[in-house]
Amino acid sequence: MISSLEKAIVRVLQEGLPLVSRPFQFIAEILNITEDDLIEAIRDMQSRGLIRRFGAAVKHQDLGYTANAMVVWKVAGESAITAGELFSSFPEVSHCYQRENSGGWQHSLFTMVHGKTDEECHQIARSMSKASGLTDYLVLFSTEELKKESMKYFTEG
Amino acid sequence: MELDSLDRDLLNIIQSDFPVTKEPYKDLANSLGTTEEDILARLERMTENNIIRRLGGIFDSRKLGYTGTLCAIKVPADRIGQVAGIINAYPGITHNYLRNHEYNMWFTLLTPDKKEIERIIAEIKMKTGLHQLISLPAVKLFKIRVNFDLTEG
Repeated sequence: MISSLEKAIVRVLQEGLPLVSRPFQFIAEILNITEDDLIEAIRDMQSRGLIRRFGAAVKHQDLGYTANAMVVWKVAGESAITAGELFSSFPEVSHCYQRENSGGWQHSLFTMVHGKTDEECHQIARSMSKASGLTDYLVLFSTEELKKESMKYFTEG
Repeated sequence: MELDSLDRDLLNIIQSDFPVTKEPYKDLANSLGTTEEDILARLERMTENNIIRRLGGIFDSRKLGYTGTLCAIKVPADRIGQVAGIINAYPGITHNYLRNHEYNMWFTLLTPDKKEIERIIAEIKMKTGLHQLISLPAVKLFKIRVNFDLTEG
């Protein structure tokens, strides 16, 4: 469960940490609690996994990782677990999920692959295919970004 | 903008090990052998140049009680802008991309409860008149990594 104080902490922290000498003191004043209590609450939220990571979200495009592809694999049953674990060991794979099959969609193992070029993404997909023995896959490139924002939680109430 | 080796070391640390302490920027300065003023100036510069998109908490939406899904919809080429307008208006839809497939528009949807997901999907079908829309919620999560090692880049 998440307390109302924790919701308030999420609401403030998702707006970003101020670049001042004592940023948690600054936020604690907004929340009307002490700096020590805020730091303790954040550490507790980290250890419970509510805060997955505390730090910077970096824009990869500016650092040479200009290409990415959503590579999706047709695989079912136990083989999906084996392949999911194998693909997760690839450093070029940032995300790996098994998703529901619905509406006729059968490529249910999703991987997000990052490279310096589109061709490099294709090469990575080929080595993933070779390593897993899975041959039925699609390499889906984004041709246009229509929206990309950070989620804002607990904005109502 | 050009990044020097100290910028890269700083980015590497703050992607995963940002200190949750009273004076985090001073602690970063001490471990990198520089001053707090220098760290703050570098962070300000990288934020202004959009190298750092955000500094703060990255939350686990499920643990906060939210439910999410990935949707794909077949949109005729001449209606992309209009349909994107309808879809992007929902605050819970944070990412939307065109991709090279007959299901050409892919978007993520996060809501505080599951019924809301179904309601929004039904509403999108109604508002767009497009019914080839699939929702693919995750059943198993193998890996989420949002940080990149930059020391060799």
